[in-house]
Amino acid sequence: MTATSSDTAATTQAEVSAEIAALSRAYDDAGTTEERVRLDYPPYRSSILRHPTKDPHHADPEGIELWSPAFGHTDVDPLEADLTIQHAGEPVGERMVVTGRVLDGDGRPVRHQLVEVWQANAGGRYLHKRDQHPAAIDPNFTGVGRCLTDGDGVYRFTTIKPGPYPWKNHRNAWRPAHIHFSVFGSDFTQRLVTQMYFPGDPLFALDPIYQAIVDPRARERLVASYDHDVTQPEWSTGYRWDIVLTGAHRTPMEDA
Amino acid sequence: MSTPTPGQTVGPFFGYALPYDGDSELVPPGSPGAVRLSGLVLDGAGQPVPDALLELWQPDADGVVSRETGSLRRDGFTFTGWGRAATDHAGRYSFTTVAPGPTASGAAPFFALTIFARGLLDKLHTRAYLPDPGADRLLESVPAERRDTLVARPDRHGFVFDVRLQGEGETVFLRHARD
Ligand SMILES: [Fe+3]
Repeated sequence: MTATSSDTAATTQAEVSAEIAALSRAYDDAGTTEERVRLDYPPYRSSILRHPTKDPHHADPEGIELWSPAFGHTDVDPLEADLTIQHAGEPVGERMVVTGRVLDGDGRPVRHQLVEVWQANAGGRYLHKRDQHPAAIDPNFTGVGRCLTDGDGVYRFTTIKPGPYPWKNHRNAWRPAHIHFSVFGSDFTQRLVTQMYFPGDPLFALDPIYQAIVDPRARERLVASYDHDVTQPEWSTGYRWDIVLTGAHRTPMEDA
Repeated sequence: MSTPTPGQTVGPFFGYALPYDGDSELVPPGSPGAVRLSGLVLDGAGQPVPDALLELWQPDADGVVSRETGSLRRDGFTFTGWGRAATDHAGRYSFTTVAPGPTASGAAPFFALTIFARGLLDKLHTRAYLPDPGADRLLESVPAERRDTLVARPDRHGFVFDVRLQGEGETVFLRHARD
């Protein structure tokens, strides 16, 4: 098989892996703990010109920042949580349920708040006009879903397990399979966009986006667990993944 | 205190998932008091970023924080205070909204903005103050030469606020106490 991509970067995976390893060693030697993703992570080439160079400025949240937008049943149809029923037929791939809780940094559930997901299909193809990966588009799978968390902060989606896909960060770059998540908290400072991964993915070590979280335990927080109690007989596998936001600045009122 | 889940880039393929009809129109264009908040998102080489997404969260013209739902399916009458705008091929975003009012007496009104993009590994927070903001605790805590990056400038239809991710004129991005 010849690669059909016109890779602009001639860098090899070995070179990128060496950069990742060097940054990892430097992190270990520093002996500090970094809980968040680095913005400045050169192995992810697109970050080079897009990361702020100055430290963020400390701000005490005020006014609007102490609140989040409110979403409700006028915004989200409950059917939007099932990505497998958006078309006439069944999508191809491993049907699965992904569920978990959205909690704030104090362990409180984030109730009745919006969760959005998007993902590639089972073959690793997005239904996006700029996705050039020559894998099949699945006419029965769009790969976009939404739901509101319930009174315990629980979200739940039914979907298809996404495939890994190539990208052009470097030659032969492949993303580990993932689902993109967008989550709101009870105040705007807690806004989070992230990605959920699957246990044991062989591409973890090679992926500069995942490795941009330099602390091994911190990046494991993005990996869901297989949960046989979520798996349904003759129907779907099940994964569990909890999302923890930063601490709220305003003590949330109990929701009615 | 639990440890927060780390962020990851919004990636290149959010464009068919996160934007939606009416996302950037907090009020209908042409309605009384409607203004445009627009600008460019630029990278460290001064090049436009065509695959960025901004979210706007603001009080209404009287400084009231909306608790109304309906941002995703706007009814044309309810002000929810929240919107979303992807940048176009030229790196430009645009919202139709109203000028925010002060949330407390004497507070300088501002738009709260979050920025996401391919190549940007985590969200960024900033504020776009209205022109001539006057005394403000946050602005005064920012070095004078960078303060302008937090203040929108007026134009014919409302306000212009550019986001420079890196380099000369880099926008001041915010980290909040409990992040
Ligand atoms: Fe992706």
